[in-house]
Amino acid sequence: MKLFPIRGGIHPDYRKELSSEKVIVALPLPAALYIPLQQHIGVPSEVLVNVGDLVKKGQMIARSGGTLSAPQHAPTSGHIRSITDIPAPHPSGLAQTTIVLEPDGKDEWGELPAPIVDPFTADPHTINERVAASGIVGMGGAAFPSAIKLNLGTQKKLEILLLNGAECEPYLTCDDRVMREHADEVIDGARIMAHALGVHRVVVAIEQNKPQAIDAMTRAASAFSEVEVVGVPVQYPMGSERHLVQAITGRETPAKKLTADIGVLVHNVATARAVHHAVRFGRPLISRVVTVSGKAVREPNNIEVPIGARVADLIAFCGGFSVEPESLVNGGPMMGQPLPGLDVPVVKGMSGILALTAAEINQQPASSCIRCGVCVTICPCGLSPVDMAAFIRKDNFETAAKLGVMDCVSCGSCSWLCPSHIPLVHYFNYAKGMINAQDREQRKIEQTRMLAEAHALRVEKAAAEKAAFLAAKKAQAAAASAAKEKDGTPA
Amino acid sequence: MSFRSISHSAPFTHQASSVQKIMFTVLLALIPATAFNLYLFGWPAILLFSVTVGSCVIVEAGCLALAGRPVRATLGDYSAVLTGWLLAMSLPPWAPWWIGFLGAIFAIALAKHPFGGIGQNVFNPAMVARVALLISFPVAMTVWVMPHPLFSAGAPGFFDAIAITFGGQMPDAVSAASALGHVKTELTRGIPVSQSMVQAPDLMDMMMGYRAGSLGETSAILILAGGLFLMAKRIISWHIPLSVMGGVFLMGAIFHAVDPARFASGTFHLLSGATFLGAFFIATDYVTSPVSKKGQLIFGLGCGVLIWLIRTFAGYPEGVAFAVLLMNALVPIIDQYTRPRAFGRNRKGEPLPLGEEKP
Ligand code: SF4
Ligand code: SF4
Repeated sequence: MKLFPIRGGIHPDYRKELSSEKVIVALPLPAALYIPLQQHIGVPSEVLVNVGDLVKKGQMIARSGGTLSAPQHAPTSGHIRSITDIPAPHPSGLAQTTIVLEPDGKDEWGELPAPIVDPFTADPHTINERVAASGIVGMGGAAFPSAIKLNLGTQKKLEILLLNGAECEPYLTCDDRVMREHADEVIDGARIMAHALGVHRVVVAIEQNKPQAIDAMTRAASAFSEVEVVGVPVQYPMGSERHLVQAITGRETPAKKLTADIGVLVHNVATARAVHHAVRFGRPLISRVVTVSGKAVREPNNIEVPIGARVADLIAFCGGFSVEPESLVNGGPMMGQPLPGLDVPVVKGMSGILALTAAEINQQPASSCIRCGVCVTICPCGLSPVDMAAFIRKDNFETAAKLGVMDCVSCGSCSWLCPSHIPLVHYFNYAKGMINAQDREQRKIEQTRMLAEAHALRVEKAAAEKAAFLAAKKAQAAAASAAKEKDGTPA
Repeated sequence: MSFRSISHSAPFTHQASSVQKIMFTVLLALIPATAFNLYLFGWPAILLFSVTVGSCVIVEAGCLALAGRPVRATLGDYSAVLTGWLLAMSLPPWAPWWIGFLGAIFAIALAKHPFGGIGQNVFNPAMVARVALLISFPVAMTVWVMPHPLFSAGAPGFFDAIAITFGGQMPDAVSAASALGHVKTELTRGIPVSQSMVQAPDLMDMMMGYRAGSLGETSAILILAGGLFLMAKRIISWHIPLSVMGGVFLMGAIFHAVDPARFASGTFHLLSGATFLGAFFIATDYVTSPVSKKGQLIFGLGCGVLIWLIRTFAGYPEGVAFAVLLMNALVPIIDQYTRPRAFGRNRKGEPLPLGEEKP
């Protein structure tokens, strides 16, 4: 297959060998599972259970909170110990409502929805409903409710379902392992999604540093002519949706549009596997594969983890820390977020937990920009990080926005390369936050102004009506008196 | 167990490069050409070189201390050493010590720190110093000597060198014209280039570096070696060197073809003076050159053409420093007009229209 070049990019130290040869193992059930109500983009789900309830594995314990939401299910059987606020796996460390489940050790399945026997003749709507009811969200990290993306098939003209197995982030090997060990499930899930979307072409893109995954997937796909497995160049951030679409199709997604607008929908490989489970067996999304890695972890591993297990449980399972980590990261090292602590639970969008040493991070104190220009050369979005940073430093967000800071995908390439170790992405994230806040403020002012205007208009109208009413009344009175006068006037 | 994760944000991994490493690599790349020329011009050159680099470091330390910035940490980035080194390489090898010392003040205290130190200056500090010296001390800055290799017969010994560098006792018989200067003076005397070129060193000598010239510029081949090393190390790319040399060569070649009596050949321009040093080590200075590759091509080409114009039509035989400074002034504008096209947008920054396969 002909591939298309993408701009810029970097070749970081991948360090995948720490965990790439570790077969996926299941985490023994921890003493308690902490299931947050919001593990996805959108509104939180709504609790369906009470403290003390006995729930079965796979039972829905919180329902979808609206259109853009996803339900939660019990990852095992047990009792609801409490429903309380605990810190979420988010850098802010803010607390959020979480269902605490105490496993009873029986791991007993509840009643599941019936398998969809022949999904390829089923109504796409049925599949979307199943995906929605199974609480499936994008497992590559974005955690966008998958059913909504599958519904796009009815709204946009789609041609290709692109399965993202690039896994371009260093350290992470969970998708690699899933593809190697469960290729059939992934391909089946992808074909089901393609059917739901009404597209007739599935492309699986895998970075060439995962030859075994490419082999396994190619074998699994060999029976299906509509599925094609493609090895893509090892070039971070190949896994970025827009860039992967460009590499595969040569099409460039216009700014402010979705890849779906140019006919390509992108899903992660782990998501496809979850769809397979939901459709073929009625099993909701209650576990995921997580890579635990980094040189501060004694035994890096790929672990199938029930949603809600605490990060501490995973670290303990990996033999604990060999040295004190400098940072604990949720996700990959390029785009991941710092974890606020070990007590936060694993959520659906968490692909990796990294315990990194200072040497691995190699963060040096920032010095002045020497204008070396590498950030401009490698920015995959064609931006000029050096210029944007200069304006942001002067709090000039308007110019930064003109230079395209809102188009920055925060891939981290520029920060990774900068010889002056300037935290460029940090600047850009800060600027994006400020610009968004300003926009909100602007909208609020606009809204207030509109409300005030509407109010003024109403007042004015009321006054006008009153005046008109009075005038009319006066006119009436005048007419009446005139009439009276007339009447009184002898003819 | 504690960790300090909150204080960090992504990315949680960084390339092992630093300003210090980059500057150090550039210094390494300069060593062959410099060592050869120090050998070629002997002890006076070694003394001048040491004074110039030393003064730059001292002046830098002073400026940092005055600005209240960390002296040790910033000096450790080697940028002052590099400035001093390049400045020394562009001086007449037997110039008196105060030329190097004043040059350090021009370069560091006037061209670099008033703008805010490293990364902030618009003009290449070494070239500002060279031009300022040339204008202020035209005589001292144009005394060239023929090669006097160390320990060869007639070469000044260490103590003779002290007398030359610190005592201002320039022996009379040794001065020589640089090839560029020679051709230019002859031309003003009405002797056509085609004739004066015969007395200029032959191209092979010029390439190897066995000729009169500035302290570090004579060996095109060793400078090329250093430049290629920097490219292999990905410190510089081919864009600036190639466009500078291309500009000089093309202008030279075209006009030489038109009137060989009046204009020296492209090859002569390429190999003489500071073309190579300028192309690989001076125009490529990060701080004072454009950040995008396209900008770098424009900048390099501009430098090349200007070098030729100045050499050919202006009062000075050499034009590298002036050309680089002139182009430095244009860098902000070049940068502004050569920003890459953003993903998903056209050149004007508007989102690409839907339904178009390729921009
Ligand atoms: S990479 Fe860093 S030092 Fe180089 S131009 Fe960009 S911001 Fe400046
Ligand atoms: S983080 Fe943003 S600016 Fe930096 S390289 Fe990535 S897309 Fe470009």
